[in-house]
Formats: sequence, structure tokens, C-alpha cells
Amino acid sequence: MNLEFSPEEVAFRAEVRAFIEENYPEELKDMGSREDLTRDQFLAWHKVLGKKGWAAPAWPEKYGGTGWTSTQRYIWSEENARVDAMMPLPFGVSMVAPVIYTFGNEEQKARYLPKILSGEEWWCQGYSEPGAGSDLASLKTTAVRDGDHYVINGQKTWTTLAQHADWGFFLCRTDPNAAKPQEGISFILVDMNTPGIEVRPIITIDGGHEVNEVWLTDVRVPVENRVGEENQGWTYAKFLLAHERSGIAGVARSKRGIERLRDIASTELLEGEPLIKDDSFARKISQLEIDLTALEFTELRTLARESEGKGPGPESSILKVKGTEIQQRLTELTLEAVGSYGAPYFRGFPEDGSNEFPIGPDYAHHAGPNYFNFRKTSIYGGSNEIQRNIITKMILGL
Amino acid sequence: MDFNFTEEQTMIRDSLARLIREQYDFDTRMGVVKSESGWRPEMWAQFAELGLLMAPFSEEDGGLGGDPIDSMVVMEEFGKGLVVEPFVPSVVCAGGFLKHAGTAAQKEEHLQAIMGGASTFAFAYAEPRGRYNLADLETTAKKDGSGYVLNGHKSVVIGAPWADKLVVTARTGGDRRDAGGISVFIVDKGADGVTTRDYPTVDGRRASEVYLENVSVGAGALIGAEGEGLPLIEQVVDEATAATCAEAVGAMGVAHQMTVEYSRQRKQFGTPIGKFQVLQHRMVDMFMEHEQSISMTYMATLKLGEDAVERKKAASAAKVRIGQSGRFVGQESIQIHGGMGMTEELAVGHYFKRLTMIDSEFGNVDHHMRRYTELSATDLKAAAE
Ligand SMILES: Cc1cc2nc3c(=O)[nH]c(=O)nc-3n(C[C@H](O)[C@H](O)[C@H](O)COP(=O)(O)OP(=O)(O)OC[C@H]3O[C@@H](n4cnc5c(N)ncnc54)[C@H](O)[C@@H]3O)c2cc1C
Ligand SMILES: Cc1cc2nc3c(=O)[nH]c(=O)nc-3n(C[C@H](O)[C@H](O)[C@H](O)COP(=O)(O)OP(=O)(O)OC[C@H]3O[C@@H](n4cnc5c(N)ncnc54)[C@H](O)[C@@H]3O)c2cc1C
Repeated sequence: MNLEFSPEEVAFRAEVRAFIEENYPEELKDMGSREDLTRDQFLAWHKVLGKKGWAAPAWPEKYGGTGWTSTQRYIWSEENARVDAMMPLPFGVSMVAPVIYTFGNEEQKARYLPKILSGEEWWCQGYSEPGAGSDLASLKTTAVRDGDHYVINGQKTWTTLAQHADWGFFLCRTDPNAAKPQEGISFILVDMNTPGIEVRPIITIDGGHEVNEVWLTDVRVPVENRVGEENQGWTYAKFLLAHERSGIAGVARSKRGIERLRDIASTELLEGEPLIKDDSFARKISQLEIDLTALEFTELRTLARESEGKGPGPESSILKVKGTEIQQRLTELTLEAVGSYGAPYFRGFPEDGSNEFPIGPDYAHHAGPNYFNFRKTSIYGGSNEIQRNIITKMILGL
Repeated sequence: MDFNFTEEQTMIRDSLARLIREQYDFDTRMGVVKSESGWRPEMWAQFAELGLLMAPFSEEDGGLGGDPIDSMVVMEEFGKGLVVEPFVPSVVCAGGFLKHAGTAAQKEEHLQAIMGGASTFAFAYAEPRGRYNLADLETTAKKDGSGYVLNGHKSVVIGAPWADKLVVTARTGGDRRDAGGISVFIVDKGADGVTTRDYPTVDGRRASEVYLENVSVGAGALIGAEGEGLPLIEQVVDEATAATCAEAVGAMGVAHQMTVEYSRQRKQFGTPIGKFQVLQHRMVDMFMEHEQSISMTYMATLKLGEDAVERKKAASAAKVRIGQSGRFVGQESIQIHGGMGMTEELAVGHYFKRLTMIDSEFGNVDHHMRRYTELSATDLKAAAE
């Protein structure tokens, strides 16, 4: 056991840091909030990484992965977090792609993977439905075989950034008479431009347009778009959920968030002194950092196990729960640090072009909305209650 | 001991609750919040008609002879309905200054207008670098003949876009955080030298940055004695704090109720989610937080008339409890609603947002914890001597 980076790893860090410094798009630096980005902004860094061959470090090399060790990947995410990089969205690179290269056929791999890697095609995740949230297996959207097509009918919801998506991976019921709800579900790739698909925005409490309802009426999809076996979709979905969870810890990004919080607390004043000098506030930051350190080492232990070939197990639920609690606490403390200037709502600022009278410091503008928005993290990706149920069942054996 | 409401208070509560039910449903409120002006002056007129705006003032001053309990009753209902109109800034704050320290002429000119709803006030006390310290003032008022000239920047002045007048705290002497040398003024928002930048807030209200540049006011604009404003400001802010706690209590109660109701309706795994014990206990905790908050709000409101140390400790204790409970109840309301809780469309998220922002009004948990601790230390020292 040791914590040292090898000389090669130190050199690797220098290399990726230099690359990021030289190539990270100027316009994406210091963004207050991510949800208002345009499609091109979301994809700008992804496209640079696609050209460099670094868009999907975790993929097997033969499909375009980097072949990096887990330590190198850890260094990679740290270096990106240093500049708050807008990383490739997970839906293509970390969710559907592993399903395609693990369970898909050769045509599917050839058709989809390169465009996921390059950022040319945008993916969304069509799992949840109004009646099927935590109880995903109760989903009702149907795909009925009609010759060499499936005809899909139903409604998906909470579909993140579907307004930009070219493709979606959908869970649909193909056998309504299966013995158990988990059986009889298929994993189908749907071109979002197919007639019969309607994407309706859902505005969240922070005022952003991040999620959507996706209505599907007689949507005809070629049978060849099904991944794996018919009625075996649940197996692939569960495989994917485990992948979704491991990325969700967000250690590197939270580290950067703590740094930013420290900067804010060094600027904000309390009784004429920097807020950071206040014992009770400083201790809250320390507590957060201690929690994050624990999470970081838990993640490193998980990664080490993974690199020995023991895939992410129910332990990944720890990363989800603790990671999101820390992210939420971070937004909470940031809002607390900015004081009264957390109240102004930036979307309604006067647009008279005058900077003569700014409304509070820039770092305060998103503090409220970010805090509100981050309540989502303990709800999505399998709610934190569900994660605890998983640990109860799978680890405690109750 | 008596925790009952008077007949008048019950009447105020009932008629206000009815008015809100009939004319302040959630969709109407959202429409108003998104409208150009962000409030309804005609609603304000109806509040005046109901007598709400004169309730907490003595009959001698032309009021209904009520007290802070009346404001508590009003604000709890405001909290339930997420009412945005400026009862705290105009009635509790500006009205409070006039009630405690206004001259007969000032009351005649301003208090009558406040009680009748003809005039609305905002309270401009916070400054960009002051954090919740009421004495940390960079705004100055310099003596100029018989009047004063004001200069400074007041931040996040709630309700200022709707106000025609402002109560402004400023330094007439002393150093930046001194207790002495602070004075309170009434300033016409339309006066020369007053500039505002108006904006909505994240919880659906309106506020302004207020800039004062060589604003001249007459001698009659000064409320209370020159340089001795801080004790008066603290009194009024404690009253505003208690009223804001009552608003939080109203909002918490509704958020809790909505959550319990949702957990009854929403089914997953073939059963209402309210059957999951982990959620049941969470909702029980929310219930207990709400009850504790009610208790603290009563306590603080009842102690507003006591000596300064008792009063301040009570207000700070209540605000600590409300800040913590409001956060818990708000967050859990969203969590238990799942994705639905995250939507702009559902009311519960708006209760959550209001509860969040109440913490930073009139001092957050840390501020009041510090104040309470310091006051306790003073108490101990006094006892030892
Ligand atoms: C911002 C956001 C983005 C999302 N993006 C996507 C996306 O791109 N694609 C997609 O398919 N989905 C997405 N989701 C949906 C997300 O996965 C669901 O919201 C989540 O699974 C919870 O389902 P629900 O919202 O229906 O809540 P419900 O399942 O109704 O849960 C409500 C509450 O009950 C609790 N609960 C439920 N069952 C139990 C139990 N057995 N024991 C104890 N407590 C329980 C939950 O934890 C929660 O607190 C997103 C959601 C959000 C908020
Ligand atoms: C100091 C002391 C004094 C006592 N005095 C008296 C007395 O004067 N008279 C008397 O009659 N008894 C007395 N008791 C007994 C006491 O009432 C029992 O200990 C208590 O009812 C719990 O029962 P148990 O110890 O069998 O624990 P269990 O009932 O076995 O409980 C074990 C754990 O499971 C939890 N649990 C049980 N059921 C549920 C459920 N449905 N949902 C969630 N969690 C659950 C419990 O909360 C506890 O954490 C006393 C106990 C103590 C420790």
C-alpha cells in the first residue's frame, strides 16, 4: 500500500495539464452555470478530446479508449476539475457506449461508437416514466413488433437534455405477459428525429431547462436498433446503472468546489474580517473537506478493486450517497457564504447594458439556483433512499 | 399562561385565509410573480380594507389596538400562501420605527399612509460589506443646515421596487462598526440622488440595490434621536425577525402537509411511498421541526416587549431554530417528492425556495447563534457581578 505517484504518473500529470491549458476552449472558462449552455458549448471540449483520442478514457482501447490505468484516469479527472472543464456528457460516453460495446453486435459498435467518441451525436437516457421512477421495472412504454420494426408508444420523463439529443436509449416493454416486471423489457436505440416523438420542456425550480418529457406515439424503429436479446433489457439497464453510479461521486469537482468556496469566504467579510477567519464557518469547510477525503479514499479503494477485475459492486452506492451529500453541502455552504446576495435572481437582472451598478459579486449570481438545482442529485441516478435499500439488501443481507 | 388567540386575531386569521384561498391560489401567485410589477397593489388595498395593515398599531395611533401577535397571525397566513406583498418591510419595519420613535407629525404623515395602504415602505439597512451586522454601515448622513445629506449603497432592499418611501440607516458619527453614531431616516424614493436597480429574487419577490448620492433630507426625516438609532433598529429588527419566523412557520406547515399528502398518493413498488418507514420517520421529523418552530415563534413574539437582552436572546433563538428547521423541512419536502419536487410547476419547490431565503433575512443561523452566545456570556457576567 502506498500513496506515491510514480515518476511516469507525475510526467503524465504534467502532460495532461499542459494539454488542457493549451486546448481548453476560452469561452467555457469560468462559467457560472452549466444548464444554460448551448449545444455547441456543451460539445466544445468533447470535440477537442475526440480529436485527441481522450474522450473516453474508460473504454477498451480497441473501441477508442486510452488504455490508461485507474490512477491515470484519476489524475485526468483531477486535472480537468482544476479548470472546471465541461466534460463529455455521460449519456453517450459513460452510459450507452459500455452497453453497446459489451452487449451490442459488430454493426452497432461500428455505427454508434465512433460518433459518440467524436461528440458528433448526442444521446439521452429514456428510462424514467411518470409512473416508473424508483420502481423503474414498472415501466409501461411498449414496443410492439411489426415486421422488421418496433412500434413504440408511451411517455418518458425527466429526460435530461433531450432537447439537444440526436439519439436516445429507451427501455420499452416488449413482453407484457412476462412473469416478472423485470422480464419482458428491451433496450432500444431510437433516432430522436423519428416521426411521433415529441420533446416537451420541464422547467426546474432553479429556472433552468435541463429535463424534458418525451412523448412517443407510434414511433417506428428498426428491430436492428435493439441492443442484445429481446426481453433482456433489464440486465443491460442494471449494468448501466452501476456505471452511472461510479461516476457520480464527483470527487475532483467537489475538491475544486471547496477551493472556490474558500476563495469566496476569503472575499466575503464578517465584522470587517474575511469570513474564512470565522471559526464556525471555517470549521464547516473543514468538515466538508474531511468528508470528501473519506470519499476520495473510498473511491480509490473501489478503483483499485476494479482494476483487479472486480467490477463496481453495491459499494458504488456508497459513492453515490456520500458524493451527492457532499455536492449538496457544497452548494449549501456557498449560498451561505454569499449572504444576502444569494437572493437576486440573475435571470431577471436589468438588461440595460450598464455595469456601473453591478448587482452583487459575480460568484453570488448562481449560488441560489445551484443550491436548488443540486437537490436533484439525491433524487436521480437511483435516489439516495434506493441506494441505501441496495446496501441493506446486497451488503447487510437484510 | 394563555396561548389562545383573541377574537379579533381569530377573525383576522380567518378572513385573511379566505382571501388568500380565493384570490391568491398558486397559479395566480405565479402569474403575479412573473408579471412586470411582481405584486398586486389591488391586493394590498384589500389587505388594508381587512384592517391588516393597521392591526398591530395602538388605537391612539389610529390602529386597531393589536400587538406583535397580530403581525404573527398575518405573517403565518402570508407564509402559507407564499404572499409576496411587503407586510414586513412596510408595516412591521417602517411602521415599527414610527410606532416606537416617530413624532406626532411623522406619524400623521407616514403612519396613517402605511396603515391605509396609500404608501408602502421598504427598509434599506443592509450593505454590501456589512453581512448581518446592523451597525456595519458605510452609508453616511452629514448634517447640512437643519437637515442631512446622505451617501451610500444599500443592498438587496426587499420590496423597494414597490415602495414610494424608504427607511434608511446611516452613520451620523462614529466609526464603521461602532454602536453609537447611527441614525434612521425616512427618504423619498423619488428624491434627487436616489437611484435604484430593481430585480426579482430567487424566491419570487422583488428587491433593489439602492444608491444614495448626495440625497438631501430635512430635519423631519430623522426618526428618533440622532446618533442613537441602534437600539431602536435592533428592536424593530427583532420584531421583523419574529414576524419572519411566523412566515416560515406557515410555509413549513404547508410544505409538510403537501409532502404527507403526496406520499399518500404516489405509488411505487405497488404501494404508496408513505408506507416506507424511512420516509414516515422523515416526515415525523419534519412534523416535530414544525412544532418546535411554532413554539419558538410564539416565545420570541411574546418576549418582544421584555428588556433588551431577553428580547434579543429570544429573537435570535427563534431565528436559529427556524433557519435549521426550514432547511430540513424544505430539503426533505423536495426529496420525498422525488423528481416532481424539482419542478417549477409544483408549489412545493416554491415553499422550499422561500424557506431557504428566509434564513438569510435579518441574519442567518450563524449570525444569531453568535449573537445568542454573546448575549448569554453577558448574562453570565452580570450574574457573577
Ligand atoms: C434533474 C433530473 C434529471 C434526471 N435525468 C434523467 C434521465 O436523463 N433519464 C431518466 O430516465 N431519468 C432521469 N431522471 C429521473 C430519476 O431517475 C428519477 O427521478 C428517480 O429515479 C426517482 O423517481 P421519481 O422521481 O419518480 O421519484 P419516486 O420514485 O416517486 O420517489 C419519491 C420518493 O420516494 C422515495 N422512495 C421510493 N421508493 C422507495 C423505497 N422503496 N424505500 C424508501 N423510499 C423510497 C424516493 O427515494 C423519493 O424520496 C432525472 C431526474 C431528475 C430530478
Ligand atoms: C432503562 C430501561 C428501562 C425500562 N423500563 C421499563 C419499564 O419500567 N416497564 C416496562 O414495561 N418496560 C421497560 N423497559 C423495556 C422497554 O420498554 C423495552 O426495552 C422497549 O419496549 C424495547 O423493547 P426491546 O428492548 O425488546 O427491543 P426491541 O423491541 O427488540 O427493539 C430493538 C430495536 O428495534 C427497533 N424496532 C422495534 N420495532 C420496530 C419497528 N416496528 N419499527 C422500527 N424499529 C423497530 C427498536 O426501536 C430498537 O431500536 C425499559 C427498558 C430500558 C432500557
